[in-house]
Amino acid sequence: MTGQLSIAKALNEALRKSLESDPKTVLMGEDIGKLGGVFRITDGLQKDFGDDRVIDTPLAEAGIMGTAIGLALRGYRPVVEIQFDGFVYPAFDQIVCQLAKMHARALGHVKLPITVRIPYGGGIGAVEHHSESHESYFAHTAGLRVVTPSNAHDAHWMLRQSIESDDPVIFLEPKRRYWDKGEVGDDPMIPLHSAKVVRPGTDATLIAYGPMVKVCQEAAAAAEEDGRRLEVVDLRSLSPIDFATLEESVKRTGRGIVVHEAPVFMGIGAELAARLTEKCFFHLEAPILRVGGYFAPYPPSRVEETFLPDLDRVLDAVDRALAF
Amino acid sequence: MTVKSTARARKKAAPSVPDKQAGSGAAPELVQLLTPEGERVEHPDFPLTTTPEELRGLYRDLVLVRRFDAEATSLQRQGELGLWASLLGQEAAQVGSGRAMRPGDYAFPTYREHGVAWCRDVDPLNLLGMFRGVNHGGWDPNEKNFHLYTIVIGAQTLHATGYAMGITKDGADDAVIAYFGDGASSQGDVNEAFTFASVYNSPVVFFCQNNQWAISEPTTMQTRVPLYRRASGFGFPGVRVDGNDVLACLAVTRWALDHARSGQGPVLVEAFTYRMGAHTTSDDPTRYRLSEETEAWKAKDPILRLKAYLDKEGLADEAFFAEVEAESEKLGLRVREGVRSMPDPDPTLIFDHVYSEPHTLVDEERAEFVEYAASFEGGEHH
Repeated sequence: MTGQLSIAKALNEALRKSLESDPKTVLMGEDIGKLGGVFRITDGLQKDFGDDRVIDTPLAEAGIMGTAIGLALRGYRPVVEIQFDGFVYPAFDQIVCQLAKMHARALGHVKLPITVRIPYGGGIGAVEHHSESHESYFAHTAGLRVVTPSNAHDAHWMLRQSIESDDPVIFLEPKRRYWDKGEVGDDPMIPLHSAKVVRPGTDATLIAYGPMVKVCQEAAAAAEEDGRRLEVVDLRSLSPIDFATLEESVKRTGRGIVVHEAPVFMGIGAELAARLTEKCFFHLEAPILRVGGYFAPYPPSRVEETFLPDLDRVLDAVDRALAF
Repeated sequence: MTVKSTARARKKAAPSVPDKQAGSGAAPELVQLLTPEGERVEHPDFPLTTTPEELRGLYRDLVLVRRFDAEATSLQRQGELGLWASLLGQEAAQVGSGRAMRPGDYAFPTYREHGVAWCRDVDPLNLLGMFRGVNHGGWDPNEKNFHLYTIVIGAQTLHATGYAMGITKDGADDAVIAYFGDGASSQGDVNEAFTFASVYNSPVVFFCQNNQWAISEPTTMQTRVPLYRRASGFGFPGVRVDGNDVLACLAVTRWALDHARSGQGPVLVEAFTYRMGAHTTSDDPTRYRLSEETEAWKAKDPILRLKAYLDKEGLADEAFFAEVEAESEKLGLRVREGVRSMPDPDPTLIFDHVYSEPHTLVDEERAEFVEYAASFEGGEHH
């Protein structure tokens, strides 16, 4: 299976392998059958596995989530596709009140091995409700696992690991990277919930996940031209968070900058900044800084570039961190 | 999965749909097999044969369930439970539908289905843990095919439907019953459950206990049409049954479950009944409903009418009634003592079962808590 694949194709292959390896795995979602999903992530799967395994659903997100829970209670392993980030809210109760809590409420007697795939984030010129980053809501909810890949290899293996997990996993797909290609190896390399240093450096640590990893890698490359060696850590998992890897990196570089698309206020970056400050205080040369979206609804696409962190905003934060 | 192939895959032993009940025309009669006066009547679409032993069994169920409920209400008043949602008045709807189930069938309750739990042989003490505050449910749903109580209104109807979809996939001939109230009929989840069950032809019976009140809101605040008629818009039959008539509830639910399990898809049963007490022990129904209404429903009491029938037909003697009474006393005592001796959980329960696989943040917080608790004198966390 090794070779250059787009993230979309890597995900498609992961779903195929999961359907092949476990007859209890079923896919559910709107338009995932003949159409192959609006992003074609499930392309060809219904043809090969049948409409009993790749299930087109009515247009009802709470219904999709709620019935997936019922199927899991019956012993199935549903992989749910939410068509776009902004459409997950109608399923919010089913995810945060039902899916997240049922295992604990039953004192461990039932398991809900459900993976909820959600394309998320902006940068594709979409209309309202098609560009949102809602990871904080889910990461804030105990009982859910939340992960997001940034490249084709991780997309493939993290999805397979998520489907194999006996816990519910919110699997966030960086939709503007769907068509980015990369090598997909035949070994996951690391556990699902480990962060990964994707570029070593010494002067500051850029912490990012999903769509922002590429921006940070580009920023690090640009900074290198000015003689600044930035380390880039791909968080990969938002619940749990691999703080050990982050702490090790920030203690070494003395500076940390968190970058995400979601609004900075109450975002994942707030948690990281607080935690790293607490754990790395005497190693820090500067406060942990955050770069992210503004505290505003995701804007119309003609101005989304203003909202989304870009190379300049990341490098500006690097300047501020290094100026301390 | 097409409706056709699903139906093909599943066992065919199709009882016919009673048209009178499925139609959307004029309001059909309430299905009734036992009048409030205890007269046995027949309904052409829902024949029921019962042995004297079965009838006595139903009577016993009704009495014991009411006793359990009364005991729980008292225990709340005595401070042993934080809250209680009484089923007073709804015993027949719950016992009738509960006794219609086969062992392989699965029930998804709200939080008031104590009578259904009783029929599924769930230990009544299990139901009290949540109301006492020692857990959020706690029993193994798969042990008796009785799911945990669900507080968010209507959410469980989707779980029931998904479970029923799984039954279809398994090619099994079991069925699912989803309980909800008249208030829940307004929820999106319930309507989405109707849609999913209908398009996938799933073996699920939606059992609505229309007890006339959603806390303080009357059914007229939820709907402008009789609730059982909702079903026709979704493409499956709906039946309104006298919810205070245990025989009618038994017959109609048995028919509905057979209909569902035979590959003919879902059914909506509206059990027309009345909540004699408060919504929960925190509620005060005197603020929103007239005592005349409650009095009128008292005359339709499910236990009195079955007792009248048993008396009239000589199907039970004094010894039987005394025996049930004694059993009821015993149950009351067991519940009382059971609740009072129910231990508080160890505080580390907070961290148990959040996930089924290790989660570093939970593990870390647990370790911090244990260390913190141990720092107190004696090392105890109380």
